[in-house]
Amino acid sequence: MMSLNSSSIYIAFKNRYVLTGLIIILIFVFMAVFADFIAPYSPVEYVGPPLQPPSREYIMGTDNLGRDIFSRIVYGSRIMLTIVAIAVAISGAVGTILGLISGYIGGILDRLLSFTMDSIYAFPSLILAISLSVALGPSPINAAIAIALVYIPTYFRMIRGQVLSIKNETYIEIARALGLPSTRIVLRHILPHVTKTLMVVFSMNSADAILTEAALSFMGLTVQPPTPDWGFDLYKGRGFVLAGMWWIMLFPGLCIILLAVGFALISEGISTLITTRKR
Amino acid sequence: MGLVKYIAVRALMIIPTVLILYTLVFVILRVLPGNPVLAALGTKNIPEEQLKALMSELGLDKPLIQQYFEYLINFTRGDMGKSMVVRGRPIASDIIDKLPATLELSIWAILFSLIIGVGLGYIGARVQNPYVKTIVRLMGSIVFVIFIPALGLSLQLVFSRYLGVLPTGGRLSVTMGFKPITGIYTLDALLQLNIQAFFDALKHLVLPAFTLGLVISGPYMRLTLNNMEEIMESKIIEAYRARGIRDSRLLRHAFRHVLVPITTYTGLQFSLLMGGAVLTETTFNWPGIGTYLVDKVMYRDYTAIQAVIIIFAIIVGLTSLIVDVLYALIDPRVRY
Amino acid sequence: MEVLIVNDLWVKYYTMSGVVEAVSGVSFRLREKEMLAIVGESGSGKSTLGFSILNMVPKPGKIVNGQILLEGTDILKLHPHEIRKIRGSKISMIFQDPFTTLDPLRKIVDQFGEFLVEHGVEKSKVNTIVREYLEAVGLPERIMYSYPHQLSGGQKQRVSIAMAIALNPRVVVADEPTTALDVVVQKQIMDLIDAIKEKYGTSIILITHDLALALERANSVMVMYGGYIMEYADKTELYDNMKHPYTKALFEALPRVMCKTLPKSLPGNPPDLRRPPPGCIFHPRCEFATEKCRIEKPRLREVSKNHLVACHYAGEIL
Ligand SMILES: Nc1ncnc2c1ncn2[C@@H]1O[C@H](COP(=O)(O)OP(=O)(O)OP(=O)(O)O)[C@@H](O)[C@H]1O
Ligand SMILES: [Mg+2]
Repeated sequence: MMSLNSSSIYIAFKNRYVLTGLIIILIFVFMAVFADFIAPYSPVEYVGPPLQPPSREYIMGTDNLGRDIFSRIVYGSRIMLTIVAIAVAISGAVGTILGLISGYIGGILDRLLSFTMDSIYAFPSLILAISLSVALGPSPINAAIAIALVYIPTYFRMIRGQVLSIKNETYIEIARALGLPSTRIVLRHILPHVTKTLMVVFSMNSADAILTEAALSFMGLTVQPPTPDWGFDLYKGRGFVLAGMWWIMLFPGLCIILLAVGFALISEGISTLITTRKR
Repeated sequence: MGLVKYIAVRALMIIPTVLILYTLVFVILRVLPGNPVLAALGTKNIPEEQLKALMSELGLDKPLIQQYFEYLINFTRGDMGKSMVVRGRPIASDIIDKLPATLELSIWAILFSLIIGVGLGYIGARVQNPYVKTIVRLMGSIVFVIFIPALGLSLQLVFSRYLGVLPTGGRLSVTMGFKPITGIYTLDALLQLNIQAFFDALKHLVLPAFTLGLVISGPYMRLTLNNMEEIMESKIIEAYRARGIRDSRLLRHAFRHVLVPITTYTGLQFSLLMGGAVLTETTFNWPGIGTYLVDKVMYRDYTAIQAVIIIFAIIVGLTSLIVDVLYALIDPRVRY
Repeated sequence: MEVLIVNDLWVKYYTMSGVVEAVSGVSFRLREKEMLAIVGESGSGKSTLGFSILNMVPKPGKIVNGQILLEGTDILKLHPHEIRKIRGSKISMIFQDPFTTLDPLRKIVDQFGEFLVEHGVEKSKVNTIVREYLEAVGLPERIMYSYPHQLSGGQKQRVSIAMAIALNPRVVVADEPTTALDVVVQKQIMDLIDAIKEKYGTSIILITHDLALALERANSVMVMYGGYIMEYADKTELYDNMKHPYTKALFEALPRVMCKTLPKSLPGNPPDLRRPPPGCIFHPRCEFATEKCRIEKPRLREVSKNHLVACHYAGEIL
């Protein structure tokens, strides 16, 4: 059985990509949790002269309102991580459950659901997320819901595909013939088999969700000023960037990319592990 | 030939997809609680009668079901409704105005991403150094994380502000006396043999198209690298070699095999491209559908948003159709 | 007159998990119009030997020693550019699986034509030649404009054969040319190869794991095992006086009509060529093996005229 046991977790940790990705993510999580201790200044108050380049005092410089960019970055990780965590949890749970049900039951329900999911999946997810955010009204929690809804098909399609391929294997057929209840077959015998693929999709999707959150923020669809948020800060500061104040853009931009890289590396690491071990 | 019939059937299949998205957006934008007009106006202090008049002007006082179907019927006649914010302005003309800019950006972005992605992938496949291969593979799976506004702003900073060689935004220098035909400026300039305008348009295009192209080029790197390596080791190439075909030709034949998955992927990544286009346009002030959408988002112009979604759904459907046909043309084994 | 002489050929694959000694000290001579069958189980190094003759052993393989003399010139010493010209024109190859050797993306005429042009045929003559050789292998002309997937397996193999003979090569290496085909087609293809040998005077190296096919079709037979020649003789001589236990085992494993006993299958597996056994390479599976076989490698020696055997007890036990 290829379920996720402790030894395969150990192997995953030993993978360079997975390890690097985890370290990056943990640094950001640490930053978010201990923001009060790490940030040297308040993120929303004017703590110095505006538009100062990075210096000993303000290691990432100050923005146009004289706020410390480093402190805003540190606090900004809270919004980002919260929105992404909520979004991915919702879409992962809903997508997985719908995928399991649809794939296991089949029939007309499966066909309807699949077609709907495929249509949404083929549509540009960012554009859909933007429209949803607008309809729900701009706020962090609504942004999380919008992102979650957009990514449900990603999980649905993957899980359903796996269920269909596993469903006809002998041991599942035996379990059915034995009259085991469906929920038990699904939870005990099918779900464990999809965990690895689920991990790949999950981390890849987290990277996507980070970029989507940043994009929504960049359009002013998540937080309201003066709340610190990487994407929103980038948006507010873009005018000054072209005047030569590169630090206003560089640090929030790097954080968005770095966090997304963290998740992408994990996904890459696990998927190479899966393919090389199959060989 | 069954090709015409195949295309017709595939084209018909776009309809249900578009319908599903329309329904989804309609439900989200109209059925959910909240008065769209109030949201669009951004105020609640408006006399009851005036609100009613506005609602009926926009057809929002009718039953939802009727609204749903009326909009559909009008849409097939080319009427995409009227803007809620700029009173009475037909959305269709706005979209026709903006669409060519987005198309032009997308086409050039795909071009750039093919050059970058296939180029690096090809190098990765040809170079024997395992580190180069690993780097290309890794890049292939992580370039998508580049946040478009961050890269776009950096490029603007370097090439516009510091080097001063490229413009920061727009599609054409104002000084150019140039009459577009299709709205795809580089094409129009070529049609009119206006070399100056062509290069001017290209100068405006380079940064946005490169930014967008780079971000979506990752899968091309992986596809090219993996498929090229696989094909070069295959029996087909072995047989060619046994027949004394020279190496440069072997590479060309192998590359044809790589084109098949590349074409398929081009269809799949179109939605990624469109999402990226919205961000790219905003970053570079590119006057396309993306900027239009963001603009309407700021003003909560529901009708316009709805129309843009449908247009994008149709574009996505059409591209996948085009790609399927291309695929059938490249690979003779495909039956239609 | 000998067309091809192979002298003391050694080929090794340098893999991650060790060095595979795929061909070890093989020598043979191929006369004009001769069909030499190379017989052996899977993994005995037949294909590697076949590829060596075109100097195109696949990576990570390398010819470490030996001579391959084609009409007197050692092709292993040729410049890559010169050897490329010999491939397909003086020595050509027919592969096992016609499904994977023709390019599915190109029409027959394009692949065939390109091959001819690469070897200096004038463009204007290409279509005539393609037509002529397709006809020679019994294919209708219209097949020129087909794609490989529109042809049957037998037709595809005929196309490969047509290409292999189109430039009138001295030697054709046919690596299991019929294994992927069904029985009726197998016979047709072998008949075609026979006919070509007679008509064009080509020498043929037939690689097969089927001793019966070799005895039926070839002029001489070379039995290989674990990269070594076990026995090498004219067909009739071999059939009448099998001297090597391995040949005998292969022979007894053949299914036979009119035979009451079941064919005897050879127990055990071919050796791991990364760690070949000491002494005679066949001794772990040989029912006659003695202490000597375990220690000393038998030389390939001539037991009677043109009959070579690599066994310490050749002539004594069988
Ligand atoms: N590309 C390769 N890399 C490493 N080892 C190889 C390679 N090709 C062949 N070998 C090894 O070389 C030995 C001879 O292989 P070869 O393909 O020549 O045998 P064969 O007699 O043609 O077998 P078959 O009947 O299966 O075609 C085998 O042990 C095989 O594992
Ligand atoms: Mg072989």
